[in-house]
Amino acid sequence: MDKTSNIIEVQNLSVAFDEREVLTDVSFTVQPEQITVILGGSGSGKTTILKHLLNLYPSPENTTFVFNKDVAGLSEEEQTEFYLNMGVFYQNGALINSLTVIENVALPLEQHTTLPDNIIRQMVLMKLGLVNLKEAAHLYPAQLSGGMLKRAALARAIIMDPPLLFCDEPGAGLDPVSLASLDQLILDLREQLGMTIVMVTHEVSSILRVADKIIFLEKGQIIFEGAKKEALESDIESVQEFFGKGTGK
Amino acid sequence: MTLSNPVESEQFSFSNNTFYIKDTLKMANTGHFVKAYSQIVPNISAREITIDLSGLEHIDSAGTTAIHHLTRQLSQKNIEVITKGANASVKEKLELFTLPDEINEKPKADGGFLYTIGENTIEFFKTYIRDFILLMADVFYWSMVDLFNRRQRRKGAFVNQAITIGVNAVPIVVALSFIIGLVLALQSAAQLQNFGANIFIVDLIVISMMGEMGPLITAILVAGRSGSAIAAEIATMKVTSETDALQTMGLNPIRFVVVPKIYGSLLTMPFLTVLANVFGIMGGMLAAYLYLDITPEVFFNRMPDALYQKDILTGIIKSLVFGAIVVLTGTFFGSNVENGAEGLVKPPPNQSWPP
Repeated sequence: MDKTSNIIEVQNLSVAFDEREVLTDVSFTVQPEQITVILGGSGSGKTTILKHLLNLYPSPENTTFVFNKDVAGLSEEEQTEFYLNMGVFYQNGALINSLTVIENVALPLEQHTTLPDNIIRQMVLMKLGLVNLKEAAHLYPAQLSGGMLKRAALARAIIMDPPLLFCDEPGAGLDPVSLASLDQLILDLREQLGMTIVMVTHEVSSILRVADKIIFLEKGQIIFEGAKKEALESDIESVQEFFGKGTGK
Repeated sequence: MTLSNPVESEQFSFSNNTFYIKDTLKMANTGHFVKAYSQIVPNISAREITIDLSGLEHIDSAGTTAIHHLTRQLSQKNIEVITKGANASVKEKLELFTLPDEINEKPKADGGFLYTIGENTIEFFKTYIRDFILLMADVFYWSMVDLFNRRQRRKGAFVNQAITIGVNAVPIVVALSFIIGLVLALQSAAQLQNFGANIFIVDLIVISMMGEMGPLITAILVAGRSGSAIAAEIATMKVTSETDALQTMGLNPIRFVVVPKIYGSLLTMPFLTVLANVFGIMGGMLAAYLYLDITPEVFFNRMPDALYQKDILTGIIKSLVFGAIVVLTGTFFGSNVENGAEGLVKPPPNQSWPP
């Protein structure tokens, strides 16, 4: 199956926990160098989709393709290779509390490359510089503010220059100014590094700033998939309501 | 991205004062490139070096870091560096990923071995001893206040703690003290038999269990079982701002959280210790009967000669002290947590609780 134009392709993915159906016949694609936003209300299945894309939940065969590979049944080596090609930016940062920012960001490089320590250090400082966090390099996660924590997590997510970046509610808990600067950072990353970004978020202002493509979920089903402009002009009630309320219309 | 590529020696070469880099310079092979130029740079005597990137097609942040690093190393040797031949994509990456300035790290004072010992000792006293004494004073004060002032006392808290710390520990204390008494008697039996002093097994078991082993076994078990639980509970409360919430509700966290634990521990530890004594002696009695043919009747008859009131009282007083220490230590380590659960292992210095 040739899916060279898509970084991610999900086909008829249905998921049920016990007897409760969480995702029903979900199909969508993610194109390279685009920012695709998955949104929807609480319990709509956003996180479940993300976990399937990250192969944290087992997907049925021939349903979830990332980099043209079926994520079901990856061997241990393929799985490592799979994860090396992506960065994940978790909602709460998920930094390791016992390590400083610089150690947190350096961790993937230390574990997966043969780079010498001085180069790793320079690379980490470079990436921390990209997210404007160089001065906090020696602080522990507990000593960082919410915005700094997010930026540190972003630096760790991009340290391996992954072509694909997943962001799970990156703006949660941030003030509007910090959120805007984080969005700008995400846009810069896409621009400068040519990353493909998949973002799960509720923040309407953030979606309006960064999204190229929107996938709207409701009760485990995709009710809208299209460009941001189309979403804003959509006549689907839930989509209208979401953006209408979000923009104060 | 494959990180296990073998080194392609044709990828990097050095001749005629020029570094040639071809194909790709990415995370997979940058390590080898750095190793290669690190061996070459110290031996360079030319005043001008060229880095030829005309054969380089792909580069990532690791590769750009290495090229910038090489340039910096050469510049530090007052060698002029000319970088040429980079294609548009490589040029873009080289401009995007520039080498950062070093960040200023706090210089570590190095005054030698004795200085380090002295500094660590002072730090230890400041971090542990002083704060522990302050916490002890605080807990003692609030325990006294709580004793005479019933207001703000949570109903049932003390009983709950007595059950958690004391009653729930009964099975493990009973089982272990019985086994320890049995083993103690077994180990001593052979030696006493050699001297024909079989009957003194009673003195040995009774004195050691009542005076030392009983309180100690109980304290160790309670520390392992309840002390760590107290530390985890208080650490979680601190991390999730529950202690701040108590303070802002006008409640003292020590009085609200720690004092019931102190009461619960002080009340139940003597009982647990007595239980440990009794079952330890029973274990010893069983071993004496099995290996030295000392019947329980003889054992009981001998006990009053070996047992003094002083030993019993010492054991009980010890248990009270151990009980207080267990709760205080758990509280101390739990309350020092700042950096998440990891802080339980190493509390950050200069932090007291409540803040």
